[in-house]
Amino acid sequence: MASDSRSRILARIREALQEVAPPRHLDPHGGHPRTPPSPEDRSHWLPPVPAGWEDRIKLFAENLLALKAEWLPCHSPEELTVNLQQLAASSEWTWIGTHALSFGQEALNSLSLPKLRTDLPFAPHELEQCSVGITNCECLVAQTGSVLISSTKSGGRALSVLPPHHVVIAHKSQLVPDLVEAFNFLQAQYGENLPTYLSFITGPSRTGDIERILVLGAHGPKRLSILFANY
Amino acid sequence: MASTFSQLFHRSARALTRNLEHRHRIQTAMSRYYAQRDQMRSRFADWQSARIAAGDIKYEAINRMDQYLVEFSDRISARGAKVFWASTGLEARDYIAAVARAGKVRCIVKSKTMTGEEIHLAQALEKEGYQVVESDLGEFIVQLRQEAPYHIVFPAMHLNRKEISDIFHEKLGSSPTNSPEELTLIARQALRKLYCEAEMGISGVNFAVAETGMISITENEGNARLSTALPRIHVAIVGIEKIIPKVADLALLLPMLATAGTGQPLTGYNTLIGGPRQRGETDGPEEMHVILLDNNRTSLLADPEQRDALHCIRCGACLNVCPIYKNIGGHSYGTTYQGPIGSVITPHLRGLQSWKHLSSASSLCGACTETCPVRIDLHHHLLQNRRNAVRQKPAFGEQFIYRLFGFVMQRPFLYRWAAPLNRIMLPLHRKIQNTFLDPARAWTQSRDLPPAPPQSFKEIWRNRNGQR
Repeated sequence: MASDSRSRILARIREALQEVAPPRHLDPHGGHPRTPPSPEDRSHWLPPVPAGWEDRIKLFAENLLALKAEWLPCHSPEELTVNLQQLAASSEWTWIGTHALSFGQEALNSLSLPKLRTDLPFAPHELEQCSVGITNCECLVAQTGSVLISSTKSGGRALSVLPPHHVVIAHKSQLVPDLVEAFNFLQAQYGENLPTYLSFITGPSRTGDIERILVLGAHGPKRLSILFANY
Repeated sequence: MASTFSQLFHRSARALTRNLEHRHRIQTAMSRYYAQRDQMRSRFADWQSARIAAGDIKYEAINRMDQYLVEFSDRISARGAKVFWASTGLEARDYIAAVARAGKVRCIVKSKTMTGEEIHLAQALEKEGYQVVESDLGEFIVQLRQEAPYHIVFPAMHLNRKEISDIFHEKLGSSPTNSPEELTLIARQALRKLYCEAEMGISGVNFAVAETGMISITENEGNARLSTALPRIHVAIVGIEKIIPKVADLALLLPMLATAGTGQPLTGYNTLIGGPRQRGETDGPEEMHVILLDNNRTSLLADPEQRDALHCIRCGACLNVCPIYKNIGGHSYGTTYQGPIGSVITPHLRGLQSWKHLSSASSLCGACTETCPVRIDLHHHLLQNRRNAVRQKPAFGEQFIYRLFGFVMQRPFLYRWAAPLNRIMLPLHRKIQNTFLDPARAWTQSRDLPPAPPQSFKEIWRNRNGQR
């Protein structure tokens, strides 16, 4: 039955495609005829990103602030630990959802709060009770102020979205200029076998569904904090 | 007798166009959108080239759709997702209901899916006895009001905070408030537990990536991530036109969708899912079902002239700039997809003769074509729909009038004889204008005819030359 339906749909598609459609850039209604830009140019059309390292970090930080995310640069391992401890105290965390961190584990260990590991079997309703989810990431995108998380590097699928506060511990080597480079990075890292779950997180959860007025914390985290190890 | 779609459309359009409060609301919302969209567009180094490239990506995908769909299906199946190819909405609904039965499902959380709206999925599952909860805030609100979404991106755009507070108070028992923050919090609290309790999550899909066998979901609220990560079963509904060749294509399409759709650099969450929970993973659904839905998309595909309408990424930008949409509102259309794109594709999806009136409700100003991030030739498609509708079912009355007009215009002696009749007929017409006796009533009830000139051009010319 199912395979029948598949071959019927494919047959209809093949029949429909027998007559070729003119590409839009050659269409007389489409303005001046022109050759399509080559795919290598994609970075050139997207919002530009400065070349210098410091400028990129600055752009990323500016984007985060515009998105109402929190930017916490740390210049030494000690500062990372202090920043995390201060965040824990000021936000009055009681229970931390986290996973085995590949970076920043010492800072996390310094917190004496109870922890729920999501890279070990866990109950979702317990994670729902956690005050925060602390994760690593694949990379940070300067162009958009995004954090790319994956099921492999960030403790599964729910940890970064279910608790009301998401804290990312990232290293400056993880900053890529734009989305084009983010996808290049993924393919260099994983080839064709990408993690089953990837998400570009751009700011805390938000909605504009009531009178187009921005409200943070619709269903996902109300707060997103980036601890950025700049050392 | 039940009204036709065309009659319902005209009735609603007429009423809402005169509703100043309604127009004011839409215009306020839109002006916020315009400001944000313009700011984001201007950040692009070259928005126009980006549009051409995005159109080319979709052209490639749609014109080799068979190959890419097979590649997508094989790859996502290899990681344990079940792919179901559905020719019609009925097949899709039956399959999903069967999955729910087999999985002993009671509660379903649904994130936004226009394709799901198209096949009336929520209503069908509710009829089968399942509790179906919309999780997108706008959809949640219109579900409580038992309304259809007003806009493909902003479903509750027509409501103000008072009306939203009222429906929450009535259906959820919350105390009245006029703060959007508090209203959002009420919805958040109502849904929080359900994500963990529901056995099934249903989502739409923005892009299906052939190269890696992954679905891409764009959202702001996090409800789609929660609905697809926590329940035991995840069902994703994909219109077959959502296919794209390469994962790197998203580097262009995601920011363009966000810019054109909501005026954001990138929406809050852009998630790629390549299968259910794998060995060694600790969360994610045990089952993942991907529905590839045709539902007459192949008949649009078979029209090379309008095939590019399948390039649509459902950003809603054409609705937001459309002078018709802004005056008659989303509900007047009576369709799943409103605005210019809806007027173009609905006749293909649901029958040309029943939906041709939408293509006539257009000023042909071309604002839609100009704003479309994948450069669909929308306003010409509206003209083509009009032409096709008349070709299929000629309007004999109009045809007769145009033939008569042509006949007279080609014969100067007839024209000379007929033209002065104007001076007699127009004043007579004025006496019956906009009454049931008026044959041109549809046109004259909102327009004035100019008075007949006392002299024709030829007479003026002759007199002037005579005087000289």
